[in-house]
Parts: sequence; C-alpha cells; structure tokens
Amino acid sequence: MAEIRLEGVAHSYDGGKTYALNPITMTWKDGKAYALLGPSGCGKTTLLNIISGLLKPSEGKVFIDGKDVTDVVTDDRNIAQVFQFPVLYDTMTVRKNLEFPLKNRKVPRAKVAERVNEIAALLGIEKDLDRKPSKLRSDLQQIVSLGRGLVREDVSAILFDEPLTVIDQNFKWTLRNRLKRLHLATGVTVVYVTHDQTEALTFADEVLVMDQGSLVQAGTSESLFLEPQHEFVGYFIGSPGMNFLDVEASSSVLTHNGKPIGKAAKAGLNGSHRFGVRPEFLVPSKSGLEFKIDRVEDRGVFKLVHLSKDDFKFIAKTEESYDAKVGAKANFSFDAKRAFVYDMNKKAVSTVSPSSAGGN
Amino acid sequence: MDGKKKNNRAWFLVLPVVFVVAFTAIIPLMAVANYSLQDIQGASNRLFVGLDFFKRVATDPNIQDAFTRNLTLSAQILLIQIPLGIFLARLMPRSGWKASAALVVVAIPLIIPWNVVGTTWRIFTRSDIGLGGVLVNQFFDYNLSEDTTDAWATILVMDTWHWTPLVTLLVYAGLRSIPQAYYQAAAIDGASRMAVFRFVELPKLRRVLMIAILLRFMDSFMMYTEPFVVTGGGPGSSTQTLSILLTTIAIGQFDLGVAGAFSLMYFLFIQIFSFIFFTVLTLDERPGATKVTPKEKKAAKLAKEPKQVRSKLEKVQK
Repeated sequence: MAEIRLEGVAHSYDGGKTYALNPITMTWKDGKAYALLGPSGCGKTTLLNIISGLLKPSEGKVFIDGKDVTDVVTDDRNIAQVFQFPVLYDTMTVRKNLEFPLKNRKVPRAKVAERVNEIAALLGIEKDLDRKPSKLRSDLQQIVSLGRGLVREDVSAILFDEPLTVIDQNFKWTLRNRLKRLHLATGVTVVYVTHDQTEALTFADEVLVMDQGSLVQAGTSESLFLEPQHEFVGYFIGSPGMNFLDVEASSSVLTHNGKPIGKAAKAGLNGSHRFGVRPEFLVPSKSGLEFKIDRVEDRGVFKLVHLSKDDFKFIAKTEESYDAKVGAKANFSFDAKRAFVYDMNKKAVSTVSPSSAGGN
Repeated sequence: MDGKKKNNRAWFLVLPVVFVVAFTAIIPLMAVANYSLQDIQGASNRLFVGLDFFKRVATDPNIQDAFTRNLTLSAQILLIQIPLGIFLARLMPRSGWKASAALVVVAIPLIIPWNVVGTTWRIFTRSDIGLGGVLVNQFFDYNLSEDTTDAWATILVMDTWHWTPLVTLLVYAGLRSIPQAYYQAAAIDGASRMAVFRFVELPKLRRVLMIAILLRFMDSFMMYTEPFVVTGGGPGSSTQTLSILLTTIAIGQFDLGVAGAFSLMYFLFIQIFSFIFFTVLTLDERPGATKVTPKEKKAAKLAKEPKQVRSKLEKVQK
C-alpha cells in the first residue's frame, strides 16, 4: 500500500515535438480509488504506464511512498496492472498463472502455494484453479489477470486500464462491483482508467478528468457535475453535455449579439468568453430568455427540450410533466450557482446569474 | 422449419471450379490410378494386374532408400529452418523503415525464379570458379560432384537459404500480431526473456508454426529442383530425392505402372502425414474436446444419479 506522487511528470513519444502528456504534479493518496476519465488519446494510458513503470517519463519524477522510483523498472515496483482485455498465459492453468510472478521472483514453493490459495479465496476462484483460463468466462478471466498482480505481497497499487472493454454487457456490472469490493477488502490504492463516465463516477472516490494530455479537473463525481471548472468537463460529463454560447463581457455583463444573457459574479470581467449551463439547470420560468421549442425528446422519466433562439441552440432537461409544444415560445432561466462563464483557456472564471433584464 | 424451400442454386456457382479442378487434378490423377492398376502397353493392349505394382514399389530397395533419405532430409530441414526462422524473426525490427528494409531483404530468396536459383547455385558452388565453392575450398576439400557429404550439405544449405525466409515471414507476422499488453504484463510479472518466449510468444505462434512446419514438410518431401540442377541426385544416389527417383522411373525408364503406383503412394503418404499432424496439433481447439480428468468424470457421473443414490455413492466413495 502506498502513496504515489508525480512531480512535473510529462511524456513525449516523439522526442519533444508533441506531448502526449503535459506536466502533471499530483498525489494519489494511499488506499483511495481514483478514476482517470477522458476520451481516447487523451493521455490516460500514458499516465498509467508511467506509474507502473512500463514507460519512463520524458520529464519529471515518480515517487512511491516518498521513494524516487523514476528509474526503477516495472518488475520492482510492486504494481498490479489489468489491461483492456484479459492478459493470461494460455498454456498454463489458472493456478500456474497465479504462481508465475512469484516463481519468477524465486519465492519459496511453500510460500507460493500459500499466497495463491489466499488470493484465490479472496477473488473467489478456488474452484477454477486447475482449469485453463480460456475455459473461463471473460469477467473471470479478467479477475484472474488481476489476481496475478495481487499475488505478490505488499502490492503498492492496482492500475486498471479500461478493464471492462471486452466484458459481456451482462457481466460488466457484476465485475465492476467485484472490483469495487476487492478495493475495499484490500485497501490498496486503485487507479481506474476509463472513458465511460458512469464507470468512473460509480467506481472512484475521486475522478480526474483528462483532455489532450492535461488534467483538467479532479474531484468527486458530484463536484464534476455541479461545478465543472473546465469546458471539457462540462461537455464530457453529463448526458447530454453542457450548453455553451459565445458571449462578450463588459464590466461582467454578458451579452450575445448585443442581447443580455446574464451577469458574472466576478467583478470587472471584459472581453470574449463562453457561457455554459447544463441542461439540468436550464429551467422553465416566467422570466428569463425566450426560446422557440424545436423538438422534444420524451425519455420517459424526463424530457429533453431542444430550444433555439436567434443563432444558437440549447437543450433543456425538464421534468416529465413539463408541457412542451413544438414550435411554441417558452421562457427558460438558469440557476445562478449552476451557470458558469469560461475564459478563452476554457477555464471557469465565475458563476453567472440570470440577467435581470430577461426577455429579449 | 420455416416452411421455405431451400434454394440450392448457389451450387451452380461452384461448377466452374469443379470443371477446372477436374481437368487439372482429378482426371490426371485417374490416369495415374489407371496406370498403377493395369499394365498398359498400348491403347488396346492392357492387362489388369491388381496391386502388383504397389507391391513392387513397397519392396523396391531403391525406392525404400530414397524414402528414408527423403525423410531424413525433411527432418533435418525442419530442425534447421524452424528454429532459425524463429530466431531471425525475433531479431527483425518491429517498426519504421528498418522493418520494411528487413522484410525486403528477407523476402529476396523467395521471389527469385526457381531456374535462376538453380543456375546461380550451380555456379556459386563450383569448386573452380564459384564464389562459395572456392571460398569453402580454402578451409577444406570441397567437391560436390565427388563427395556425398559435400553434396548433401550443399542441398541443405541451399534449401535453408531458399526457404527459411518463408518461416521467418510467417513467424514475424505471428509475432507482430501479439498485443503489446502481453509483453507489458510479462514485464510486470518479472518474466525473463526466455520465459516471455516460452510462455507468451511460443503459444501465440502455435498456429503459424503449424502452417510453417506443414508447408516446409510438404515442400521438402517433394523437393525436386534443388538436387536436379545442382547435383542431379548424385554422386551415386546420395542426394536422390523421391521426386527425382520418380521422374527417372516414369520418364527415364518409362516404367509407367510402377511410376503410377509410386505416385499414388507418395501422394497418400504426404496427405496422411499432414492430416495426422494437423489433427494432433489442433486437438484441443475442437469444440467439446476438453480434457476431462478422471476426477471430473466421476463427479459428472455422480451428478446424473438421483439424489438418494448420489448421497449413498458419495459415502461409499469416502
């Protein structure tokens, strides 16, 4: 069990021309479950491979429990990694698979047998020990490949690299719960890479959202949803994503094409910005902006109302009872704490309250 | 049943192939079968002799010798070329222009026409003017038209030069298809290079190696060109392969009956060998071919019995 610290870790695959991972400094606390969330190619796997030691970062240092391990090879780092698909030695039985990492490290035979039985009991695969892994269901195969990482004593951390990718739909949920339970039972630090927000939000204590090689926001699933500090978080988390609109700020008053949208809480805001509000917080009201209803998606428990006004479109997520008529005019306002204004670096600078002028 | 009539008209699409195969393979083969069962002197003069020719082939000492010789040759070729091919494939760069360059270099022997290969090697191995022949002669006496060992070694080297690239390319393709994650997992597990080869690469190469071994066995067992152009089967009959002997019997001695029986037996041997080889190696990939341990068998048998009987049986077994 260990605390992992990254100091200015960055990586470039082409000798510094482009960076797959921009400098990151952060600490992964002992025993916590983290999720790395982001689209394909955002640097999640690169970051993971740097932690496990499969990749040496071009810049920066990696510390495990305060010890600099930047130059320590993978096999001395005591890190378990589970890949996108079950990686197993097909010619060996499940038992041999579990023994393999210990035998490679010349652990005494009696100790090997003891550890293997312990881990098999923990994973609930005792009865499958003498079978070939190819005869197991895919979620169990993934459990076995996790077991190969756990079988070593004093595992510092478990890294999951999109472990549910090839698992049958029916077993995804079971496997995720099982992994979660294992995390609680072992108390090992877990880093879970995924591009599926549901997976990330339900699995982890803290979710780190990545985009284009940078960490854009870290926080609980709640804070990522309620207070997206970066445009990407607003867009990537939530379904559908945040509504955005180019606005011009003048002494914190936000206008779009000269028409008032709202007022930023932070004083003295000027220049081009982007305004963002989640569909959940765009609510029907007497005052507020007047939209035309283009289309209504009835999702059973809620409605997605597609709105348009002048040259932009918004989506509002309303209660099922909301009476939306296509083509009709409707007024929508937003919650003052839940609307944000972002600067040109896509970072949130302030919350926005609805314009008192309202209407047109 | 869904009540629909099955539409079998697609079979017509197979007809052209049947036609072509009939004229290129089946009818010629039937002619061979004809010659092997009858002593044919002319169009109207023939005599059914049954299995006589087959018996003669089976007992002919020349053919027996050639058979043993050819099996030895094939075995040596497989023992040299398969490990060498794997070794070379593992040395080849995995990406970038170096990978492309290596592929081109490795493939060169494969794309040279057979007769060119023969002529090249004939000149190359001449002990008076050939580059290879003269070079080897510096170290020890080399003359492939007099020394049987020299002739045999030359054939082996030539075939290795010509066909190891095929094994290398197959294995290279196999290696490239192994996902990186396997190597990463092995690194995390602390596996040595040897262990990575033994437990990751070799199992994943099984299918490609099977194809490589089959192709190399069939090709080497039917080897004709190499000895024909370089040694002519000699000195004596030291490099006479089955193909060369067969040609001598059929065209040289015009003994068509024996040659026909010989051809069929030759053909069947390769077929049967390849079939057995393939079946044995793919045994555990067949559905339902899981190995069942006696213990599991017992448990399965037990599970079928009614409950009361089962508990009794269990007690007895204990």
